[in-house]
Amino acid sequence: MHKSMINLTINGDEVDAVVKDNLTLLDFLRDQLGLTGTKKGCEEGECGACTVLLDGLPVNSCCTLAVECNGREVTTIEGLARNGQLTPLQRQFIDKWALQCGYCTPGMIMSATALLNTNHHPTELEIREAIEGNLCRCTGYAKIVEAIQAAAAEMNWEEA
Amino acid sequence: MVLPQFEYIAASSLEEACKLLLEHDGKAKVMAGATDLIPPMRDKVFTAEYVIDLKKIPGLDELSYDEKEGLKIGALTTLRTLEHSPLVKEKNPAVAYAAKVIASTQIRAKGTLVGNICNASPSNDSAPNLLAQGAKVNVQGVDGTRVIPIEEFFLGVRRTALKPGEIVTSVVIPPLAEDEKAAYMKFAVRKAMDLAIIGVAAKIKMKDGVCTDARVALGAVAVTPILAPAAAAELIGKKLTDEVIDKAAEAAMNSCSPISDIRASKEYRKEMVRVFTKRAVKQCLEQY
Ligand code: FES
Ligand code: FES
Repeated sequence: MHKSMINLTINGDEVDAVVKDNLTLLDFLRDQLGLTGTKKGCEEGECGACTVLLDGLPVNSCCTLAVECNGREVTTIEGLARNGQLTPLQRQFIDKWALQCGYCTPGMIMSATALLNTNHHPTELEIREAIEGNLCRCTGYAKIVEAIQAAAAEMNWEEA
Repeated sequence: MVLPQFEYIAASSLEEACKLLLEHDGKAKVMAGATDLIPPMRDKVFTAEYVIDLKKIPGLDELSYDEKEGLKIGALTTLRTLEHSPLVKEKNPAVAYAAKVIASTQIRAKGTLVGNICNASPSNDSAPNLLAQGAKVNVQGVDGTRVIPIEEFFLGVRRTALKPGEIVTSVVIPPLAEDEKAAYMKFAVRKAMDLAIIGVAAKIKMKDGVCTDARVALGAVAVTPILAPAAAAELIGKKLTDEVIDKAAEAAMNSCSPISDIRASKEYRKEMVRVFTKRAVKQCLEQY
């Protein structure tokens, strides 16, 4: 069994860990760190339920090795709220009824967070492209797009 | 599901990576973005005792343009970078487009163009442009470097001309002259997370209203991406009227014999090659 020492930043905290070389980032987060907000769907890179930010970019944690993240920065859904305060995007998902079963939601929110971090005025097409790798079997996407639009508008309003 | 066991090695130099690859020939896999490595390992499409990660090797994420050499894309340059790069959009928009239509935002953030061609899927979206534009593949081996013309790179499904211990360090696409235009068209059912039913790339050169050079390349119609010289021949030396383009599209269709699979039948693929060859050539023309 091959193992490696890794040191990385997760949701702002420095983490040292010994991981099996064949452990995915997804299993590392869920099973070793207990961060179960990141969901496991297909484990094939198809559904996006496992989306996290790696150095700020959205990636499928099921297609990433934990050891590959040595020295890098990971943000999960647990890392978004500050002092119990949801981000505008998280709150808009609730207000706009952008979730039903909620299984896709953490991944959706991570993809949308990555979008809004770099693009404060996304068009509807840009929003749909940003979540193209996230499957939702419940909502039909319309409410999700609305929630992201509302969050963008709110953030712009806060900027002004 | 737990991945089969392997030993992960983050190579710190190309020399080290090539040596390891040669030493463990047949048992080692090279990793860049890992997006097309982890799923097949999980599905046991292939196994590896060693996974050699290139990401710690400095300099492999190059993306540069030289008036003479053209566009150089390093082994670690991600599809996301190609998709968003103003340089690529300006110098070779077909390449930016082909990157953007691959898989999903998440996959493109990690996946690389070089990884895409090294995995050598018949339907990969990167290859048709490279074939149509005569790209060169720079390779590093234990005994030094060599250049493989893209036409000689693909040998079969998941098989390339790389020899034991060899790693692709970059791909270079020659510059498009003022009078040259290129386009790639992917045909798939879904916009995201879908493989091409077929893909067509074209590059044409026009002088005084006459096509003086052309290349057409097809994806997902054979075990490897292929050139369709018969289609190009119909274009060269002619004014590109609708009739001429129709004839070239017909030639492209007749020059391939795709298979029927879950995505489409052989007949449908051929018909779509005809339609999309026409569109690709027209898209080149629209850029003048
Ligand atoms: S679990 Fe990672 S993409 Fe589905
Ligand atoms: S809310 Fe159920 S999958 Fe999206």
